[in-house]
Amino acid sequence: MGAFAARVFPNSYRDSVELMQIAAEIEGLEGVTRAGLVMATPANRDVLAAAGLLVEVATGAGPNDLVVAVAAEDDAVATLAVERAAAALAGDRDNEPGGSAVVSAARTIAEAVTELGGANLALISTPGPYATAEALKALKRGLHVFLFSDNVPIEDEVELKALARHKGLLVMGPDCGTAMLDGIPLGFANAVRRGAIGLVAASGTGLQEVSCLVHRAGAGISQAIGVGGRDLDERVGGAMMLEAIGRLAADEATQAIVLISKPPAPAVADRVLQAAAGAGKPVVANFLGGDPVRIAAAGAVPAVTFEAAAAAAVALAAGRSPAPDPGLAAGLEPALATQADAAAARLGPGRTRVRGLYSGGSLAGEAKLILAAALGKERAAAHEVLDLGDDAYTVGRPHPMIDARLRTELIREAVADPATAVVLLDVVLGHGASPDPAGPLADALADRGDIVAVASVCGTDDDPQGRAGEEALLARAGVLLAPSNAQAARVAARIAARLTPTTTATPAARTP
Amino acid sequence: MSGDGLLPGGPRAVNVGLDMFAGPLAAAGVPVATLDWRPPAEGDRALGLLLARLEDDPDDPFGRQVAAANASAVERLLAAQPMLVDVRPAADALGLGHRQLLHSGPPITWEAMPGPVRGAVIGAALFEGWARTADEARDLAASGALELAPCHHRAAVGPMAGVVSPSMPIVVVENAAAGTRGHATLNEGLGKVLRFGAYDDAVLARLRWMAGVLGPALGSALRHGGPIDLRSLTGQALQMGDEGHNRNVAATSLFTRTIAPALVRSVDPPIAEAVLEFLRGNDHFFLNLSMAACKSALDAAAGIEGSTVVTAMSRNGVEFGIRLSGTGDTWYTTPVGVPDGLYFPGYGPDDANPDLGDSAITETFGIGGFAMAAAPAIVRFVGGSPADALEFTRLMGRITLARNPSYQLPPLGFLGTPTAIDARRVVDSGIAPVINTGIAHREAGVGQIGAGIARAPLACFSAALAELAARMGVPGAAGVDDAGTEREG
Repeated sequence: MGAFAARVFPNSYRDSVELMQIAAEIEGLEGVTRAGLVMATPANRDVLAAAGLLVEVATGAGPNDLVVAVAAEDDAVATLAVERAAAALAGDRDNEPGGSAVVSAARTIAEAVTELGGANLALISTPGPYATAEALKALKRGLHVFLFSDNVPIEDEVELKALARHKGLLVMGPDCGTAMLDGIPLGFANAVRRGAIGLVAASGTGLQEVSCLVHRAGAGISQAIGVGGRDLDERVGGAMMLEAIGRLAADEATQAIVLISKPPAPAVADRVLQAAAGAGKPVVANFLGGDPVRIAAAGAVPAVTFEAAAAAAVALAAGRSPAPDPGLAAGLEPALATQADAAAARLGPGRTRVRGLYSGGSLAGEAKLILAAALGKERAAAHEVLDLGDDAYTVGRPHPMIDARLRTELIREAVADPATAVVLLDVVLGHGASPDPAGPLADALADRGDIVAVASVCGTDDDPQGRAGEEALLARAGVLLAPSNAQAARVAARIAARLTPTTTATPAARTP
Repeated sequence: MSGDGLLPGGPRAVNVGLDMFAGPLAAAGVPVATLDWRPPAEGDRALGLLLARLEDDPDDPFGRQVAAANASAVERLLAAQPMLVDVRPAADALGLGHRQLLHSGPPITWEAMPGPVRGAVIGAALFEGWARTADEARDLAASGALELAPCHHRAAVGPMAGVVSPSMPIVVVENAAAGTRGHATLNEGLGKVLRFGAYDDAVLARLRWMAGVLGPALGSALRHGGPIDLRSLTGQALQMGDEGHNRNVAATSLFTRTIAPALVRSVDPPIAEAVLEFLRGNDHFFLNLSMAACKSALDAAAGIEGSTVVTAMSRNGVEFGIRLSGTGDTWYTTPVGVPDGLYFPGYGPDDANPDLGDSAITETFGIGGFAMAAAPAIVRFVGGSPADALEFTRLMGRITLARNPSYQLPPLGFLGTPTAIDARRVVDSGIAPVINTGIAHREAGVGQIGAGIARAPLACFSAALAELAARMGVPGAAGVDDAGTEREG
């Protein structure tokens, strides 16, 4: 048989919900079987009776009296429970915390647009399967879309870009990591001054390299529009590049346009070049390994390296004729050539291979083109240039621009390999990149003997990492610094040209 | 695009996905909102895409149709003016005939009915004289001799078991703006009552008194004194601590004050006294009027092709069901559980019946749980603070399309109640409508054992949208190929 305790508070009205809440608290106490707090109306007295709580002292209570009744394992617990209830009733309820467990941030684009009082841009980096729906919603609300997500079906890309063109909006992506709109950096972008040069790029690090070189030449960027790696595919048809060319053509602030992409499908290239011809202002086109003759025939200025593209754009925007493009292999700065030769002379026998370890896909692509142009395809095949940002290396691993671990591991392997002559690197700064990309690389390059380390830093002094500091770090490690990726690749090519390979066989494929 | 740049008026960005992308923008002084994003439609990619294709869009036929349909639904909901015009027997007001009964929630068979609803059916059969004992009544029901249909199918709504029989007095509410009507029984009060499945002599006696005295008296008073504006009473009550579902004492008091003179003038003093005494003791009398009013308003917005506005939310103690304006009378149902809440002394979750009743029609119209800001005490049922009550109303603002200026909430600066639940927003955000509800004992006749807060199950809204998309021929919907052509079968 359990114990009971009760107390009556005469003429003490409390809200029923408050009473139920206190009852719930009391029932949670160890040893308490049941608790009831009610105003003693006839109905409530029945409730207490049914619960076995209508103890003697409560029988005289009336509708304006508050009854606390507790059933517990023993008297002590029952009495304590009643005391606790009394304390809760007496407690100052005015000071209940105002904090809410219900508050939650906007979950949808619709809510956020309301919260912001209007929006004009959506940045989407959800997993690929969900990105299309988010991009559709953003476009339907009149927002430009920066679409970082990849693994978006190409049919979806076609649909999104058609919708965007219909609405006069941009879809930058899928798989677009970099853009600069109205001077605002989106994704992995550098701190670059505003100016008269507009970029349209199907390549993230290509956009970064050109924009940094433009900045270092004293000029600036009006807009840098990323279009995603697949935009110039046959099926997508260059939809966003065409849209972007149209906008830059109409933009008063833009005096020269640069187009960056790997070689487009021929029909797409024609369409793009036609649009460029109609832009009414100079257009430089770097189709990474594409046919410069065709570009020139369409009236655009071909540039086969990012360095040349930047230089041409700077000249054209200033109303000057661009200097002739030296091409891929030629154009190495004399001072660098001297350093390259000296470094090559120091290499011991058996050291013949260039090991390019890149974080930027387009920079790796440019390096490969330069090596092939300088050495010939067959000889170039003996060397290795890896794009460590490729899907093959980034499954389950952060991108090398953010996390240096894979690269440093591979650098150490290269350093340990007796056949390595040159380690060729890109160091990409800017928003989204790690706070100190150069540090771990410099560490990994320690104790490399005569192996030549060549690098270019893609960045500006205004970048969060600071270009000057990153270069100094590399210089202290004895790294041969080039002012652009093209120059760095040419250094590597020059050294490689002087080395007699012991075998022309293609090395075994590296497993990622 | 001239000197304005690509983002005229300055960039204002929404960040969907990784936090890191917001940093550089914020550092550059750009207003940027990072979403608390999760895959919409509970991760169903195909439904997420359909949702996107149903978004408002002036450049797309589906987007235009949905926008226009919803605008129409909103207009009708906000214009609604429910007037209590009469009280008449269900046989007359609803055309209910011999052995025909209505019940709350979506369709359900006798076999599936939970305790409280079975008890109410038995009580109704006894009340009508279709059976002399509870066993006879059970046999009658089990034999299929009773025709059971949802209240909703006859423009009615019922709290808890919501059982309606031909002789029961029915409040008739007319939406003066649209001519639609809503109906409900008269509220019996708390404790052992029919709507919780009680059917003893006291219950039956009360039902007879309500049919014989209360109903006719109220009917007389209304016909004598003229219709009562329920919108006006509700609006006032929301500023007096009521929310229109679980707190009804202010509205009940206002109603009593409003009808009392006509009552006294149109019926004999002893009857007027008995009626007023009944009203005095029944804090929840207005609930049934509130429900019928909401029903008359929502039915005016039903059946608008392409509309994603929710026109009904209801439970039968086994399933939760909703209706969408664009899909008309179709019910979208899913099994329902026990609400989260506090219990009266001696009871706990094991005693509770799953969520039951048509009273969620109040939330469907933007009051009840949606107006929790008006009645902060409610939120204590789930251990919350008064600030939570305000937040619940704000949260519901994120899944509704409009604010009702007729129902203003002083704690939120006189903002109107969040009205017109948009199923797209529910499914996209995962924010489920909140319902303030009573909790019934799972055995017939015990009565209410607690109260709490329930969340409508998302599955109903997903199913409704999927079917709406299919009916509209949205590409990617079931039975529609990618070109937007309806497939056979």
